[in-house]
Amino acid sequence: MTEFLMPSLGADMTAGTLAKWRVATGDTVQHGDIIAEVETDKGIIEVEVFESGVVQRLLVSEGERVPVGTALAEIGTRGLGIGPSGTGSEPEAGVILSHGASDVPLGGPMASPAVRRKAHELDVSLGRVRGSGEQGRITLDDVRSAALPAAASSERVRISPYARRIAAERGVDVSVLRGTGPGGAIQASDVLSAKAAPPSKPASSAERMQNAIAAAMTRANDEIPHYYVEHTIDMGNALAWLKEVNATLGVSERLVSGVLVLRAVARALQKHKKLNATWQAGKVVPSDEVHVGMAVSLRGGGLVAPALRNTNQGSLSDLMARMTDLVSRARAGALRSSEMTSATTTVTSLGERGVEAVTPIIFPPQIAIVGCGATLERPWVVGGQVVARPVMRVTLGGDHRVSNGHEGARFLSALDRLLQEPEEL
Amino acid sequence: MDISRDHALELLRDMIRIRRLEEKSAELYSKQKIRGFLHLYIGEEAVGVGAMHALREDDNIVATYREHGQALVRGIPAAQIMAEMYGKANGCSGGRGGSMHLFSAERNFYGGHAIVGGGLPIAVGLALADKMKGQSRVTACFFGDGATDEGEFHESLNLAALWQLPVLFLCENNEYAMGTALWRHVSDRNIANNPPAYGVPADSVNGMDVVAVERAVHNEAELVRETSKPRFLELKTYRFRAHSMYDAELYRSKEEVDEHKKDDPIEGFQKRLLKEGLVEQSDIDTIEDAAAKEIADAVEFAEQGEWEPIEDITRHTYARNLS
Amino acid sequence: MTTYRDAVRTALQTLLREDKRAFLMGEDVGRYGGPYAVSKGLLEEFGEERVRDTPLCESTFVGAGIGAALGGMRPIVEVMTVNFSLLALDQVVNNAAVMRYMSGGQFQVPIVVRMATGGGKQIAAQHSHSLENWYAHIPGIKVLAPATVQDAHDMLLAAVEDPDPVFVFEHQMLYGIDGELDTTATPPSPWKALVRRSGTDVSLIAYGGSMHKALGAAEELGKGGISAEVVDLRSLRPLDRGTLLDSVRRTHRAVVIDEAWKTGSLASEISAILAEDAFYDLDAPIERVCTLEVPMPYAKHLEEAAIPQVDRIVDAAKRSMGGD
Repeated sequence: MTEFLMPSLGADMTAGTLAKWRVATGDTVQHGDIIAEVETDKGIIEVEVFESGVVQRLLVSEGERVPVGTALAEIGTRGLGIGPSGTGSEPEAGVILSHGASDVPLGGPMASPAVRRKAHELDVSLGRVRGSGEQGRITLDDVRSAALPAAASSERVRISPYARRIAAERGVDVSVLRGTGPGGAIQASDVLSAKAAPPSKPASSAERMQNAIAAAMTRANDEIPHYYVEHTIDMGNALAWLKEVNATLGVSERLVSGVLVLRAVARALQKHKKLNATWQAGKVVPSDEVHVGMAVSLRGGGLVAPALRNTNQGSLSDLMARMTDLVSRARAGALRSSEMTSATTTVTSLGERGVEAVTPIIFPPQIAIVGCGATLERPWVVGGQVVARPVMRVTLGGDHRVSNGHEGARFLSALDRLLQEPEEL
Repeated sequence: MDISRDHALELLRDMIRIRRLEEKSAELYSKQKIRGFLHLYIGEEAVGVGAMHALREDDNIVATYREHGQALVRGIPAAQIMAEMYGKANGCSGGRGGSMHLFSAERNFYGGHAIVGGGLPIAVGLALADKMKGQSRVTACFFGDGATDEGEFHESLNLAALWQLPVLFLCENNEYAMGTALWRHVSDRNIANNPPAYGVPADSVNGMDVVAVERAVHNEAELVRETSKPRFLELKTYRFRAHSMYDAELYRSKEEVDEHKKDDPIEGFQKRLLKEGLVEQSDIDTIEDAAAKEIADAVEFAEQGEWEPIEDITRHTYARNLS
Repeated sequence: MTTYRDAVRTALQTLLREDKRAFLMGEDVGRYGGPYAVSKGLLEEFGEERVRDTPLCESTFVGAGIGAALGGMRPIVEVMTVNFSLLALDQVVNNAAVMRYMSGGQFQVPIVVRMATGGGKQIAAQHSHSLENWYAHIPGIKVLAPATVQDAHDMLLAAVEDPDPVFVFEHQMLYGIDGELDTTATPPSPWKALVRRSGTDVSLIAYGGSMHKALGAAEELGKGGISAEVVDLRSLRPLDRGTLLDSVRRTHRAVVIDEAWKTGSLASEISAILAEDAFYDLDAPIERVCTLEVPMPYAKHLEEAAIPQVDRIVDAAKRSMGGD
């Protein structure tokens, strides 16, 4: 059985209208017979069929306009085919339907799969994008705009490209120069005659990082009224469960307790939304998504706290793999900008260093931080008896502008409960 | 008819080969295998076949964009013509030209020209080179009735006559310049009246009769060869299909076309040959079968052909790449 | 010392003597001795077969030149001026430029077309065009603009040798200039630009009839303490980007002088090249000095004002230097 397709009748023809059928179902056609009249921009053209056989089905109705290449009819090699009559049958697979809203509903903001893909590619959180499409749909352009860095607010200096280049090389501040070039622009001679800045050794990257941390911590200390709530969590159940699970996994897949803590923190944040937000321009900006930042110390000094995005989602194994990847990329300096900027709360764990507790400082613009000490065997009371249990001291630092001790305490209780049932994480 | 059986079969075979090639090209165009513009020679086969058989292998040929017939009979394999129309690298112009620009250096086939009238000065130049080199070749230049409107037609006749250049001007008058009938675009419908004004002898022949065409072109070509002076021959013909694939033929009636189809050069020739007992139906069947196979093989060749790698796109812009 | 026209004639003589495939064809090249006296005496020396007077049919005699080149000859077609060449543009653009490419490399068109170009002789709007940029726009052909007596000779020889179509533009104001001609020296490649005068402050980039004005401007600027470098483009297609960029990367300023109208000019093309590849070396906006956007007027003072002159070049250079 062959298909008779809408033919291309010219170099710029993209579609044609089936003006009139010259055959009906059941008719026998020979190679070269006129099978239909097609209307194009240039007029009606009789179209011949190149196959011989019996017309089985007419797929397109008279008056319908379809793209070149669309199947118009089915031609069988023998006998009458069974099927609906030729006129006005619904368009079949060969006819191209316009793509309607065939989006997979994923919940959350209205965005097509293509837009979601782009958002993922550009590391744009859809929850933060305002949709400019119909009924607030997020478009590709919306995603692209959201991915752009904020425009520099500095005033533009009129300076020639060459002068700018040598100014940069010499560390000359062009904003203080007077230009003598065309139109008063700064030209090379203006740069060369300016007093060059004392040759300073450019800061090493370690120095720069230290400076950045210093700035952030100073700001946190200055701006954020911290309160602290502390709790000790019995990690026995969690560790026992881990041991069981890890026995069944290969070395590279084994889970560490840190990942349980991260997942538990994320789940707790889902319930205690007040702690899952950021402080921007004098206001709390809550977040629907939970991105827990992990403080990672770098070799050679330095500290970064990239976000494990959507920490509450996926399996624990997935989270473990993502955590491992994040840490190695953090150490290799290969973090994505979204990871650097999207954390809603941070967990800093000094357990590996063997200390019991840490009283951490919040990383602005976040409004909470969770500090974990080492999990150590300590005397504990179970059922009236003193036993040795592995316990971990957890300290929540909160921004008192946003939350208070009660809320912090409830959060830590939730965290505790979650860690008692590790299989639910 | 004063013609041998063998030669009759040759002429018939070549006309049928052209007809089948053109029909297949039409089919492939509507399936988008061949793109751009496609100008079919259906109805005009006697002109291409008669003329090309009358000319010698080493004569130069300059033709128009409706040149598949001339190209095929000149000896460019159907496979290479088809591959060229597909745009494949194994086409006769390397996929660079398409249907309107078939070229073959080894067969002295200088294209394949899409600008109406644009080939005439080239023909004059080729003849000039031959004359300066002392070669007794004819440069045959095919063009349509539309070309006789262009300034270059008149300039070329004048220059060829003035410098006595061996050009044979062959006007394939199919009565239409695209969609404009002859009487709507020339002030004197008898095109053959023009050339003598420039000192170029002109004649006319029925272009639907392949034997008459061959005889006329042969005579003219030999005169050009001997005298090294230009001559003009009008071949009165008719195209049964549209100007190109994308033409609704609003400018002429179906009745007119049907009337001319009665003079189909292939049917007419076949009928005469059968009537005179020069050929039998089985000969025709053999020819048709062979043509069908030739065309099928050509399509296969084209289908299998490779696309030129895009990295080579600048090749042949100049003799050597400029860098 | 030789004149520019004599230098061209010398080259033609050499070609006609040494290459049997070469011949000259154009209006009034024979009996008239050439409209600019370039081919004076050639008909007598080489005869009618090699020096052919054509009827007035630019399209067909350029096309015939293409056909003859296809047929193995090396025709040197003279189109009296670029103004008349418009009639032959179809043959140039649709035949000469594309034959090699369109045939998949089977055919070549080794034609040379020489044309007088430019204005300055008060021959008004239909006789004063500078359309080198129209030709330099087309892939498949090459374009040369000899500005010196030496180049007028050397470039023609190279053009006829070349297997591709070459268009040689001879500015009509240059035919009478004097210069040195050494026919024995090995010429530099015609496809390269040359620095005619070294400088450090600004690059004056010019071709053809404007080149000597650029030299004049450099002289004047030098008196005022500005060291101008003069780059003679010589080849308009292909453009020698290397020499161009090297100059501007050293001087950091560019003034492009082009007798064509500014819009869509070669000066625009060169500005784009500099903006693309020398952006971080530019210390001032690029200046273009071109003919005013008017049809060429007849009256002397108007024509002078329209065409780039030394004073406009000097002004442009000073503007790019800035200062108070």
